[in-house]
Amino acid sequence: MRFLPHTDEDIASMLDLVGLSGLEDLFAMIPEDCRRPSDLSLPQPLTEWELQDLMMESSGLMAVRPEYKVFIGAGSYEHFIPASVTHLAGRSEFVTPYTPYQPEMSQGTLQAIYEYQTLVARLLGLEVANASLYDGASALAEAILMAVRITGRKKVALSSLVHPLYREVVQTYLKPVGHSVLELPYLENGLTDLSKLEGAENLAAVALQSPNFFGCIENLQTAGELAHQGGALFITCFTEPMAYGLLKNPGCQGADIACGEGQSFGIPESYGGPGLGIFTTKMKYVRNMPGRLVGRTSDAEGRQGFVLTLATREQHIRREKATSNICTNSSLCALTAAIYLASAGGAGLRELAELNHDKAEYLKRELKKAGCVISFESPTFNEFVVKYPDNFEAAHDGLLRKKIVPGLSLAPYFPELKGHYLLCVTETKSKTDMDALVGEVAS
Amino acid sequence: MKELPGTTGLLINEPLLWEKGRAGRCGFSFPRRDVEPASLDEALIGQVPDLPGLSEVDVVRHYTRLSQWNFCVDTGMYPLGSCTMKYNPKINEKMARLTGFATAHPLLPGRCSQGAMRLMFELERLLAEITGMNAVTLQPAAGAQGELTGMLIIHAFHEKNGQGRSKIIIPDTAHGTNPASAALCGFRAVPVKSNEQGILTPETIASVMNEDTAGIMVTNPNTLGLFEENIKQIAEIVHLRGGLVYCDGANLNAVMGIVDMGAMGVDLLHLNLHKTFSTPHGGGGPGSGPLCVNKQLEPFLPVPRPVQENGSFRLSEDFPDTIGRMHAFYGNFGVMIKAYSYIRSLGPDNLKKASQLAVLNANYVKESLKGVFHLPFDRPCMHECVFTDQFQRAFKVSTLDMVKRLMDYGFHPPTVYFPLVVNGAIMIEPTETESKEDLDLFIEACKAIVSEAEEKAPLLHEAPHKCIRGRLDETKAARQPCLTG
Repeated sequence: MRFLPHTDEDIASMLDLVGLSGLEDLFAMIPEDCRRPSDLSLPQPLTEWELQDLMMESSGLMAVRPEYKVFIGAGSYEHFIPASVTHLAGRSEFVTPYTPYQPEMSQGTLQAIYEYQTLVARLLGLEVANASLYDGASALAEAILMAVRITGRKKVALSSLVHPLYREVVQTYLKPVGHSVLELPYLENGLTDLSKLEGAENLAAVALQSPNFFGCIENLQTAGELAHQGGALFITCFTEPMAYGLLKNPGCQGADIACGEGQSFGIPESYGGPGLGIFTTKMKYVRNMPGRLVGRTSDAEGRQGFVLTLATREQHIRREKATSNICTNSSLCALTAAIYLASAGGAGLRELAELNHDKAEYLKRELKKAGCVISFESPTFNEFVVKYPDNFEAAHDGLLRKKIVPGLSLAPYFPELKGHYLLCVTETKSKTDMDALVGEVAS
Repeated sequence: MKELPGTTGLLINEPLLWEKGRAGRCGFSFPRRDVEPASLDEALIGQVPDLPGLSEVDVVRHYTRLSQWNFCVDTGMYPLGSCTMKYNPKINEKMARLTGFATAHPLLPGRCSQGAMRLMFELERLLAEITGMNAVTLQPAAGAQGELTGMLIIHAFHEKNGQGRSKIIIPDTAHGTNPASAALCGFRAVPVKSNEQGILTPETIASVMNEDTAGIMVTNPNTLGLFEENIKQIAEIVHLRGGLVYCDGANLNAVMGIVDMGAMGVDLLHLNLHKTFSTPHGGGGPGSGPLCVNKQLEPFLPVPRPVQENGSFRLSEDFPDTIGRMHAFYGNFGVMIKAYSYIRSLGPDNLKKASQLAVLNANYVKESLKGVFHLPFDRPCMHECVFTDQFQRAFKVSTLDMVKRLMDYGFHPPTVYFPLVVNGAIMIEPTETESKEDLDLFIEACKAIVSEAEEKAPLLHEAPHKCIRGRLDETKAARQPCLTG
């Protein structure tokens, strides 16, 4: 086996040194009743060639570009990834080290994560970012737990237009400790109904997503003011951070915590994971923040360097009193996002965001011309909800055969929206792709 | 003395991104604009994000230079205890990048995603066989989330049985995340001590186990690198009083093909694919922390779950007792591909061999360094061994000084000051992918450092000397936090 370097002579001489006669003797302390009764029943080893053939076959069953045109977003976005980003993030010096516990030997990862923290904090208009969490959903759950810690209150208001799968994760995290959730319904215009917040007290947090699950851009400023009036923290969440290349950032609209999914920044969809949990907040809350943090310091000679810091919040020191149990996060994905943001720059990100918006608007307009109804009138970024013609369920299968995936049916998530689909258009969709979809829908 | 790997080389300085950036530069190839600009309410539009502008060459040099400041498994031996820094096979990376996997959308219709579901379904079966457990969820994104999933299931199990149990037994040799994971579910940790041999006794557990205790979280092999020999009796005691046994499987690399976790009495067990199953650590993730359970806990696993029906696969949510969802989608699929590739590349005999050689390597290091460093538990170890700095304290040299000096010799330091039960711990886990020659060099470097400790202590106090930076001031970083630039 090519990953195991030991020759028979090595094994013999090493066993000799430890005073044993066979490899089995190394396990003499394991009681008989803890042992396997038989050998592992697993498939026999594959060569690299055989493995590649097998995996090509499996991966070949997936409907992906360029053969398929997939118009689904809903928390996972097809964006163009520059070759330089994939190349750099794939360097084994970034891929194969551990968490940078020994800073002198890990300055590359540490500086890169410090830069990542800076870039996402600037993008979202907040003062501090952590080194990443697992994904957007767990980032939101952690944000809510953090607000509960800070306020000492146990009830949170959650918009019904936060990604439905994120809301499920939040419920899973909150259930055992008995925190309750006040769900904010949505209005006909596709925005969160904030009326339940008027005069609401004892809320730990108010959490909204923008752009929301329907793609609509929420009025964060108003929601934030209502949250703060009742003494709650204002959490804004996102599934599509590209939007903040164009839109007003959460920080300038009153967010105390802005968190969400960063997959759009150079990370492939990869069937939903790994993603990147982006988490930013105000400096005054930093000691209540979950996750790792990189800070700037200096070395013995006074030169600038970076270390993991404020670890007294963390589980290996505080154990059950830690702000979170998270240790391994999504460091390599954070690095990838930083490389992506560095490649685009502020002006480039604006240009990309505009392309996303303009292309989505084009498809919206053309679908309308073809007789579809745009379900919600509020402005959107790169996703929107459309009501296809009544006979669409049958046409859907025909579209799949033509290798077009025409959005995500909302019926499983919002039963009242049967026949409505959530569509996403990013910079990767050409006018030709969109015209093909419209042509099929119209026919 | 043989030539040790550490040397000095030319490393290139590199400023922070924004010190390097210039307005007007960009490193991105934009897709062609084939639609007209569309209007958007001015009130919604923000300022252009304050991100530096860099050309593609700037970006490539910046990150290439930073990468050269890192030490990694591909550079050399990385014997971090309890982290299993084994070699990460390159073929696995290639498989994870196959277009069909890497660019697949998670909400594709079922008929368009059979390949991914098949891989997840099969990986669950492979992990169940390797551990001796009945059912597996791949959703947890890392070991700590696997622990949390396990705690949520224990909570849901007792609740279903109409019992509100509030405590969890956690030994002093468990992983540091365990108490934090238990606390997230509202459990109170009941700490228990291991005996003078470094393992748990049934008597200790019997003395704290009661009807208000939801279960025990035990790490086996434990963080001293020792096998919990009394695990079966301990499990019986916990079960008798209605509790469940959670095993932290971060150290599974020691026992693949050898133990049967189910037979040991374990009810729940999480794995770290980024430890035992060779997927890279990425400088701190992404990992993947599948949770394996026995038959009675299967109904509580998170949804959705891949199921097979008439030769095809679908994701089912039809499990009424489920704890819910732990991940927006299905977990870190990209990491699962690598672990699956690893298991299929090794097959049953090589997986067992990997564990045997991991244990052989650890015992070889333990025997070779015994007497050089103080060995607090002098008994056969599993995949890692724990020393202390007790012999060197006389020369005012600490564990930290010695491991910083190890960098100069070209090795990554072991895990230090953990587990907490050992004062000044040095926890070495070589893994099976280190050759005898490399272990010999490591041992030689340790011996050289111990000689230096006696003769030239200041050299160690000031180490490292050959890294891009000298010893960094962690106190200053914490006292005056500077977290963004």
